[in-house]
Amino acid sequence: MPRTVRDVVFVDGVRTPFGKAGPKGIYHETRADDLVVKAIRELLRRNPGLDPKKIDEVAIAATTQIGDQGLTIGRTAGILAGLPQSVPGYSIDRMCAGALTAVTTVAGSVAFGAYDVAIAGGVEHMGRHPMGEGVDPNPRFVSEKLVDESALFMGMTAENLHDRYPSITKQRADEYAVRSQEKAAKAYANGKIQADLVPISVRRTSPEAGETGWGLVTADEPMRPGTTLENLAGLKTPFRVHGRVTAGNAAGLNDGATASVIASEDFARENGLPVKMRLVSYSFAGVEPEVMGYGPIPATEKALAQAGLSISDIGLFEINEAFAVQVLAFLEHYGIADDDARVNQYGGAIAFGHPLASSGVRLMTQLARQFEEQPHVRYGLTTMCVGFGMGATVIWENPHFEGDK
Amino acid sequence: MSTTAELLKGAAELFPGEVVTQAHVRHFDLPLGAGRFALITLDNGHDHTKPTTLGPQSLANIDAAIDQVEKEAADGEIVGVGVTGKPFIFAVGADLKGVELLKRHEDALAIGKGGHDVFKRLAKLAVPTFAYYNGAAMGGGVEIGLHCTYRTVSAALPAFSLPEVFLGLVPGWGGCTLLPNLIGAEKAVSVIIENSLNQNRQLKGKQVYELGIADALFEGADFLEQSLIWTASVLKGEITVERPAVDRGEAWDQAVAKGRFVADSKVHGAAPAAYRALDIIAAAKDGDLQKGYDAEDQALADLIMGGELRAGIYAFNLVQKRGKRPAGAPDKNLARPVTKVGVVGAGLMASQLALLFLRRLEVPVVLTDIDQERIDKGVGYVHAEIDKLLGKGRINQDKANRLKALVTGVLDKAEGFADADFIIEAVFEEMGVKQQVFAEVEAVAPAHAILATNTSSLSVTEMASKLRHPERVVGFHFFNPVAVLPLLEIVRGEKTDDASLATAFGVAKKLKKTAVLVKDAPAFVVNRILTRFMGEIQNVIDEGTPVEVAEKAVEPLGLPMSPLVLLELVGPAIGLHVSETLNRAFPDRFTVSPNLKAVVEAGKRGFYVYDSGKPELDPEVAALLKQGDTVLTEEQVRDRVLDAVAQEIGLMLDEGVVAEAQDIDLCLITGAGWPFHLGGITPYLDREGVSERVTGKRFLEPGVASVPA
Repeated sequence: MPRTVRDVVFVDGVRTPFGKAGPKGIYHETRADDLVVKAIRELLRRNPGLDPKKIDEVAIAATTQIGDQGLTIGRTAGILAGLPQSVPGYSIDRMCAGALTAVTTVAGSVAFGAYDVAIAGGVEHMGRHPMGEGVDPNPRFVSEKLVDESALFMGMTAENLHDRYPSITKQRADEYAVRSQEKAAKAYANGKIQADLVPISVRRTSPEAGETGWGLVTADEPMRPGTTLENLAGLKTPFRVHGRVTAGNAAGLNDGATASVIASEDFARENGLPVKMRLVSYSFAGVEPEVMGYGPIPATEKALAQAGLSISDIGLFEINEAFAVQVLAFLEHYGIADDDARVNQYGGAIAFGHPLASSGVRLMTQLARQFEEQPHVRYGLTTMCVGFGMGATVIWENPHFEGDK
Repeated sequence: MSTTAELLKGAAELFPGEVVTQAHVRHFDLPLGAGRFALITLDNGHDHTKPTTLGPQSLANIDAAIDQVEKEAADGEIVGVGVTGKPFIFAVGADLKGVELLKRHEDALAIGKGGHDVFKRLAKLAVPTFAYYNGAAMGGGVEIGLHCTYRTVSAALPAFSLPEVFLGLVPGWGGCTLLPNLIGAEKAVSVIIENSLNQNRQLKGKQVYELGIADALFEGADFLEQSLIWTASVLKGEITVERPAVDRGEAWDQAVAKGRFVADSKVHGAAPAAYRALDIIAAAKDGDLQKGYDAEDQALADLIMGGELRAGIYAFNLVQKRGKRPAGAPDKNLARPVTKVGVVGAGLMASQLALLFLRRLEVPVVLTDIDQERIDKGVGYVHAEIDKLLGKGRINQDKANRLKALVTGVLDKAEGFADADFIIEAVFEEMGVKQQVFAEVEAVAPAHAILATNTSSLSVTEMASKLRHPERVVGFHFFNPVAVLPLLEIVRGEKTDDASLATAFGVAKKLKKTAVLVKDAPAFVVNRILTRFMGEIQNVIDEGTPVEVAEKAVEPLGLPMSPLVLLELVGPAIGLHVSETLNRAFPDRFTVSPNLKAVVEAGKRGFYVYDSGKPELDPEVAALLKQGDTVLTEEQVRDRVLDAVAQEIGLMLDEGVVAEAQDIDLCLITGAGWPFHLGGITPYLDREGVSERVTGKRFLEPGVASVPA
């Protein structure tokens, strides 16, 4: 049977505001599945042209797939969101790149012709499911020295990455973090973020965290606008004595969910759906687990090679800021300035937060907004590092591109 | 302290056991840049199994929350105020336990006024108010929302009602006045009167919206979020709420008249609540809210101090609590599993039982009878009923297939019952026949199997007496129509053991029946009382009182139907049979009416013909009646009948037929449809002084189903 690979597009993406994990966080009494369900419902409301019956798949990522993130959350979230029972779903896990992998996996199926349209997203409630909950690493990892003992502690891998790039100092990382907060605050002030947020009702029964009763969350909780270098300078380096990685130059522990619609371009056009980005290529790469933050570099190399592009063709970057050092290593590798205007225009995870498996779609949603505003840009990429030594990169084409001017 | 706060503080002191609802106030920015908002969450701190109620301290908490938002609204700090509930529950109204404790008219008045005073403040804030009916909303819960400027409702809301009239009250925190002014008298009457009097029918979220009570409907998954976005749009003027104008002309009077007709047909003027509510609705026509609130206060206070409400609450608690935890039932852990059911007989009653067991237990049910033709007919009936359920969409094809496959019929009891755990007989009502059937069943059934009888009047002990294992025989007496009436009288024979009884109660629970433990006494509870009641009516007719006088005499009780209409429903022949049985047992009190005998012998199915659309005495029956010349007044008839009923209940309690008078009432409510406002019957007999006149004492202590001393 002859097959034609089909163009795949990013139709739309939304997310919940991100919260701080823990008893005082906005989502402390909110279920993880409810977060992703509300994101899916918002997508459907925003895209009335998308007939729910036509959705071929719901792929939802979560790192810790137990409790309210278990039970094949892609399937259960679909039912809870009110999708027809005929719409299937599944769960997916690539830790931090969960939602990104949900997107690329359904995209592959769309390109292959198995699906016309799918929902891809992710959720991580790190308050209800702290990192490492229920893990049981095989003792051979240590006994056979398959990985360094620091590989399971993301902060330590970030310190290791600083070792690999001695020129990336704590000062540079802090400066990057301050800029991320500034850019995020500016993006908020300019209304770039809110349009893709789903308001979430939240209940609080314990007065320690503030007013009790039902409330409504419409903005990211982790943001620290006005952060200065001085603020950051004094923070502890919990992962290494005299280290460089602090709570200020890394993403925090967060709760949140994202969802997107991925479709064949033909389907999107026929159904009057927006085409916000066109998929060019995607790639994953493995690196030593103890320097997992290096992952985006080889992943991007592969993705660029597949697309026949070079780094200079990329006009916009959305790089997940798990740690400032990981972004800086990437930029240093490609000879891009720390404050290059093409990189993370709206700020990043250091400001917004990084609920592990949900973050990939946040990068895409923000890149899609930037594409729309910047039709002179043809290509952009979303990339992130992944626990246990991986990187993930997706290259996108701007459908609004107006040609070189 | 404000007068309202003082009023509520006084009321709260009368009700120390209140489950107190908090009114949490939380502030946040609305979407769309609509401004700062204050949301009040009503929450009693328990999960949804203990719904939020509104006692005096709870009202005081709401009052304090309003103090806070009132100031913020006046100071321009907020743009609106919302009210919502904890997960799955908005608020289910006044706390009935607190109402039961009230002893004085002025305290009752304070409850009504306290609610009004607090809720009215919502309507007077300097900013618009919004109620978000997120979950179950009843009575005072509904009324809080009615005082708000706008309302939204969740499509997932399972139950919404103003059930006050059902209980014997009026919606007295604004419901009677505000609802007709919001949605018109006709719809308000349907909610306040008709739904209440139709077994307290509940509305679903969609209906609440369609009736116009709520201005917007949102799905449950993100109800609060969508409500708040809607709120923002309303506040920004992007959405204008338009409500159809209320017809204040003739339609209003017609609606009230229709409400009176409904009330008459249900309670026959016997219970005051519906009429008081209708009076207030009628007066609300001119839109004078305060006048309406005052009338509500007065009606509430009068009704709270009246017997019908206390009886209503008592009846409600019987059905909701005692009905679910039967008095005297053995430890449920003794119950044995029931994985297959046998039914002896394949007639109509047996087939109905087979269908019920099949639907509720979903285990194999096997019917037996004396020939294949009857068996085929019985199984065919069950299959046809399953198809009806399928046709109505009550079950799907898979379930229909499953149920049909589970029901079988065999001629050979040995084949059918060899592995049955529970075998019920519904054969001809004659001791010899039933003993024979049980002997045959015992010969083939497993040693542990329960042998149950659906007898309505025969002795369970005698039926078991010739068996090797009489300890496993249980009376299991259903009421017709089996699918409709909740009551199941479970009869303990002399030798019935605890395990068998526990199994019977376990099965009853799975059948979703209201089980009452009854001693093996003639005709058990409901039939004994009904037969004594009917017998006395028959007696006065036989002695010379005209039929219509006898019938009208008991109308003030508000029974579901007149005695002779009931006799028609039961079937005169069956009525006669039961009266004969009871006459043999208690010849001094239970008579056998010669006129009834004549009617049965003439093959008549009832006393009335309905050619004119109304019941009229059948001339053929009239010709059969031989009456004496003692003509009583309605009042005299009523006294005789009630005296007889009181005497019989007194004797039954002395005999230990049931544990307490409460069980008698529970039986009459769930097995004979006797009304809540009578509390079954014993609260009424106490209230009217009948009990003391006949038995020398009350059936229930003051305060149990009446205003406490």
